[in-house]
Amino acid sequence: MFSFFEKIGDHGLYYLEQAGRMGLFLLACVWRMVTPPYKLFPAVRQIHFIGARSIFVILFTGGFTGMVLALQGYYTLRKFGSEGLLGAAVALSLIRELGPVLAALMVVGRAGSAITAEIGIMRNSEQIDALECMAIDPCRYLMVPKFIAGIVSLPLLTAVFDMVGILGGYLVGVMMLGVNGGTYFQGMYSSVDWNDIEMGLVKSLVFGLLIVWIATAKGYFLHWERSGGFGAEGVSRTTTSAVVLASVTVLVWDYLLSAIML
Amino acid sequence: MTVKQEKQFSSARIAIELVDVKKSFGNQQVLSGVNLQVEEGTTTVIVGASGQGKSVILKHMLGLMKPDAGQIKVFGQDVASASRRQLKEIRKDFGVLFQNVALFDSMTIYDNVALPLRERTEAGEEEIRANVEEKLNMMDLHGVHEKFPAQISGGMQKRVGLARALVLDPKIVFFDEPTTGLDVLKSNEIYRLFHDTQARLRYTAVIVSHDVPKIFKLSDRVALLAEGVIQSSISPEEFQRSDNPLIRHFVETTMGPIYSSEKEETAPL
Amino acid sequence: MKRLNVEVAVGIFMVVGFLCFAWLSVRLGDVGLFAADTYSVEARFDSISGLKVGALVEISGVHVGKVVSIRLDQEDYYQAVVGMEITEGIALQEDSIASVRTSGIIGDKFIKISPGGMDELIEDGGEIEETESAISLEELVSKYIFEKD
Repeated sequence: MFSFFEKIGDHGLYYLEQAGRMGLFLLACVWRMVTPPYKLFPAVRQIHFIGARSIFVILFTGGFTGMVLALQGYYTLRKFGSEGLLGAAVALSLIRELGPVLAALMVVGRAGSAITAEIGIMRNSEQIDALECMAIDPCRYLMVPKFIAGIVSLPLLTAVFDMVGILGGYLVGVMMLGVNGGTYFQGMYSSVDWNDIEMGLVKSLVFGLLIVWIATAKGYFLHWERSGGFGAEGVSRTTTSAVVLASVTVLVWDYLLSAIML
Repeated sequence: MTVKQEKQFSSARIAIELVDVKKSFGNQQVLSGVNLQVEEGTTTVIVGASGQGKSVILKHMLGLMKPDAGQIKVFGQDVASASRRQLKEIRKDFGVLFQNVALFDSMTIYDNVALPLRERTEAGEEEIRANVEEKLNMMDLHGVHEKFPAQISGGMQKRVGLARALVLDPKIVFFDEPTTGLDVLKSNEIYRLFHDTQARLRYTAVIVSHDVPKIFKLSDRVALLAEGVIQSSISPEEFQRSDNPLIRHFVETTMGPIYSSEKEETAPL
Repeated sequence: MKRLNVEVAVGIFMVVGFLCFAWLSVRLGDVGLFAADTYSVEARFDSISGLKVGALVEISGVHVGKVVSIRLDQEDYYQAVVGMEITEGIALQEDSIASVRTSGIIGDKFIKISPGGMDELIEDGGEIEETESAISLEELVSKYIFEKD
């Protein structure tokens, strides 16, 4: 009985400690992001990795998401005789919810896992210690370019996702199911307004920060992992837990942001 | 007379001083009051059986770990209580060769060695190239500039690590097990390079090693870490003749009875 | 060379991303970068049930503006005051009639303006005096039932 409470307390303290550590890490990174010296090329390289190289996966997922939205939406809306709302339905769900969330999840899977593994391996093989000993700040040198890249890339990827999704919806809705093309776009123009775009933009900015934060912090604090952050298995375990945590966090924050902004 | 004294004094400046450093992990006390002085320009070897905390001492000197109690002074400045900024200043005098080299495996050899110059100095690419070439040549590394660490042998990796440690002409260089995992030829090569570079660059060296007795030839001072304290910091000759039972035990187990004193050789078995 | 490739790829990515974002915000979000100038008019309704900010304003089915504000005037019989932005160049006569209509049976509410015949036009910040409130389906149904009695 006593050991049961001890266990709860132990776990609670561990997670509290971890949360505190990650919070301070975030502050440290954001602080270094806004203070000079600024270096452009490292950030460009990270944008290449996080953003540009995610573009294909975004094109595919965005296109098919739009297509399935149109397909499902069409059969539902037809029951009420309002196929004319198809464009609005597709655009609104993409711009407000699915675009930011799915693009974020794709980036978590593609880049987030890679970031955790990269930083984790650097931690394991003393490369981070080496940086510190060379008086090179690991936060500034390793993390800041990734943070910038996350915050820049995600909104752009989300915009591409929305755009491709709308075109995918057009393909299925208009060209395959025969909804009037003018109605499709007119419904979209009249129902989407700046608030919706703004919501999508804010979400994608926040998700970009969250993903990079969790991915880098998990890798950086690999040696503190309770499950044992050593060796190849430690890296793989931590990468998995980072992906899970980042995905869950994205969905939780999606709800929170929707609740705040609606 | 006074001039000579002064000269002696300046040559015997203390580079690193550990005062009563204590550290424990959980219930396990690893360092229970370590005292050590490293004079500038000398080579100090820290030896000891595995798991005694040799690397822990090194990490304390580098400021990667904070002691529970005690002071670690580098040129008079306490590393343990230094702020991040001060620590950064102190570390500008450091070069480190890590046990597993810790080269940045996603960068080429050239970029690895150039990194400290790029991040820490305002040097232009031309200047950097000249400096990196010089250090790589010093290490007999030719034609590997564009290779990645995983594409070269372990011995070469160590040499690249040494080149990177020396590229900013540090005042103190730390070596964590510089020859583990290398065969005799390659470790001799590392020792030769160490000897040459120290003669040229005149840095203070702190070496953690258990490559006994070979390492003794290179060192001015040998410090044995046992039972959580430094047992001695004496010259290799004194070390091998010492009466301290812990040192005797260490010498016997690592070097065999050939180095034992006559008294013990004649003792009944 | 390598560095150049990375920069080109990032450049293309960022341009494409910004173009998509620009399309979304200008076409869909109605960000007024190149938007036509508008002028505002108000209209008072007894009931606007279900009309929302952003709803369309139409004349003969042609989109001429949108609803930008809705508030309740508590001093004047609790009427709903609807503010609209009308595209510059669309002339509204003083005796135009604004009515709240529904597209389809359960579709969105919108404002239909029926042009009048007077010579005087409504200025910026003016008011459409003649209005028709929303037709409530329930009211129609109950009216029909009670008249049957």
